[in-house]
Amino acid sequence: MSPDARSTPDTLFAGVRLLSEGVDLVGDLLVRDGRILDFGPNLGRPDEAIVVEEDGAVLCPGLVDLRANLGEPGFEYRETIASAAQAAAAGGVTTLVALPDTKPAIDDPALVYLLRSRGEATGSLTILPYGAVTRGCRGEELAELGLLREAGAVAFSDGARAIGSPRLMRLALSYARGFGARIVQHPEDPSLAEGGAATESDLATRQGLPGIPAAAEAILVARDIRLAELTGGAVHFAHVSTGDALELIRRAKESGLSVTCDTAPPYFDLNETAIGDFRTYAKLSPPLRKEADRLAVAAALADGTIDAIASDHQPRDADDKRLPFAQAAAGGVGLATLLGVTLAQVHNGSLSLPAAIALLTARPAALLGLETGRLAKGTPADLCLFHPERIWQVEAGKLPGKAQNTPFDGRALEGVVFGTWKAGRRVFG
Amino acid sequence: MFYSQKHMLQIEGLHPPEIGHLLDLAESYVLLNRSGKAQRDLLRGRTLINLFFEDSTRTRTSFELAGKRLGADVINMSVSTSSVNKGETLLDTAWTLNAMHCDLLVVRHAQSGAPALLAQKVDAAVINAGDGTHEHPTQALLDALTIRRRKGRVEGLAVAICGDVLHSRVARSNIHLLTTLGCDVRLVGPPTLMPAEAERLGVRVFHDMKPGLEGADIVMMLRLQKERMAGGLVPSAREYFRFWGLDAEKLAYAKPDALVMHPGPMNRGVEIDSEVADDPARSLIKEQVEMGVAVRMAVLDTLSRRQARNEP
Repeated sequence: MSPDARSTPDTLFAGVRLLSEGVDLVGDLLVRDGRILDFGPNLGRPDEAIVVEEDGAVLCPGLVDLRANLGEPGFEYRETIASAAQAAAAGGVTTLVALPDTKPAIDDPALVYLLRSRGEATGSLTILPYGAVTRGCRGEELAELGLLREAGAVAFSDGARAIGSPRLMRLALSYARGFGARIVQHPEDPSLAEGGAATESDLATRQGLPGIPAAAEAILVARDIRLAELTGGAVHFAHVSTGDALELIRRAKESGLSVTCDTAPPYFDLNETAIGDFRTYAKLSPPLRKEADRLAVAAALADGTIDAIASDHQPRDADDKRLPFAQAAAGGVGLATLLGVTLAQVHNGSLSLPAAIALLTARPAALLGLETGRLAKGTPADLCLFHPERIWQVEAGKLPGKAQNTPFDGRALEGVVFGTWKAGRRVFG
Repeated sequence: MFYSQKHMLQIEGLHPPEIGHLLDLAESYVLLNRSGKAQRDLLRGRTLINLFFEDSTRTRTSFELAGKRLGADVINMSVSTSSVNKGETLLDTAWTLNAMHCDLLVVRHAQSGAPALLAQKVDAAVINAGDGTHEHPTQALLDALTIRRRKGRVEGLAVAICGDVLHSRVARSNIHLLTTLGCDVRLVGPPTLMPAEAERLGVRVFHDMKPGLEGADIVMMLRLQKERMAGGLVPSAREYFRFWGLDAEKLAYAKPDALVMHPGPMNRGVEIDSEVADDPARSLIKEQVEMGVAVRMAVLDTLSRRQARNEP
């Protein structure tokens, strides 16, 4: 095929650090027809290729975000798929798993198709839906997991709602096993967490905020590990935030159970003191924990217990947050800051750069059996080019996308995304 | 005499010759019934009571017909479940039956083990016509007879039992009978409808119809009760039919000459498609009903002969 016959010109990334599972070298990467054609130390430069050169930049697979709320359908005043796609592209995210606790909930095969096709329409973001575990994410009766799975649901979750009933969790794990699918749990005992606004501590006591004990997480994790053992099912714990829960998960993995987990940047970068003077942007679910728990999360990233870092993007608008702390909605945006906050763990020496990138790409992709998340010849060119040392400052109000409720407002971050490519097409930068 | 027990409470524990004897005898009753010959007087002067604590027109009628064809006096007693939900009341019933000098007692009860409890207290020979989720021995015998007549044998066949195994007494009796006769028995259904540690009954468990039916000679479908959906074990009828309902497409996973069975009553469009259920070349469902009467005659015959021998 002659160059003119091609719909899009080639793109050559020249002299960048290529970083992916099993790949770490300084060289070139050539994209043709939306796919990675070749990469290596010294590739020739095809005529008419667009050449991208950035001194000291790292080229890695587009990030795979295991957990984000898109606001659509039903909460468009907070975020739309289009605005979330903007934020994702700015953050280097090219594949995103959308939470099902929307309005209506993603409990019907037609809604799975809808989200997937809305993702395709963005041109920059693959949206993979979680199917609801229960109808309406109400925690009462199982949704049609088989039909949802056939429609393309990658796993099942009730979103920010924990599956509280042990019988229901048992049924869900057991039933989903028949379809080879994971149940993604919001690991927080609902009755212990009810009414709570901050982690239970002396700080919450001083502020007069109703507390959620850290044990609310470990209790549900311990229970669900036993249910996974009983049913042979696969459980995934989202945004794990406490050392106790991580220790339980570590031991369950050692004994060979199908147990996985992720965490989100706030839980290894911030602690309960970020609430400061009742800052509702730092009100999250689960709540920010004590420093010892933050350190335990960072350690679990380093030792491999945690399988992925997810943005846990939860868009809220001003009216959701401009309320007394206990009444304000929990949740923070996270797409644009996902890479930068993760790299802070690299800069402070806690995590190697390849390990950090794996937690954002290959490992979450492997967990869901996706082919994306790696630099490999012939695969779609979903790419993120970033400078690991360059500095920027997070400023609520100036983030890409609609929702601005970041818990990292004012935080200086090292790690700037220069550009994001989806199937070879530049979608950011 | 091959069958050595006073009662017919369960298939589990029967030996192949006992099963073979009952099937052979039932076979002879099939021929007798078809020839339309007059009632035999084997059970003349004997009293058979159908004691049904659960509604079942089909099984009760089948026992009634079997008893009458052998000349017994048949009485049907239907007891509403609400009035009899305590073991004490069940035993009260037993004493009443003893006073009536009942010879053969056919019992259906919603509680597993209820016929066994009655058998300890009554003088009559007790026949379990289905107890809870325990056993339904005459159903397994009639299924075996149906299979044997069409396939020429039971031994060595591959049989897939599909659907709500968890709540099925029919499945349990069939598992015991078919494994005793050396069949390759597979259970197929959603994990939420599979009993715990089912593999230890000598079967293989599948959740996907394709591998579960592969190479099967017989596909035995089970009834899915509507309350299973209300109880959350299955999300919906349409999902159930999509993955575990037997239609022509799924039946094609089995052997080309595989035959279809169902203990009835069927939920068409839930566990079985009418196209398959009504196909005379593949479906044994109507034949199962005919075999039911013959098998029950064989059981009544066997138990009453044993009773006669033991009487002073």
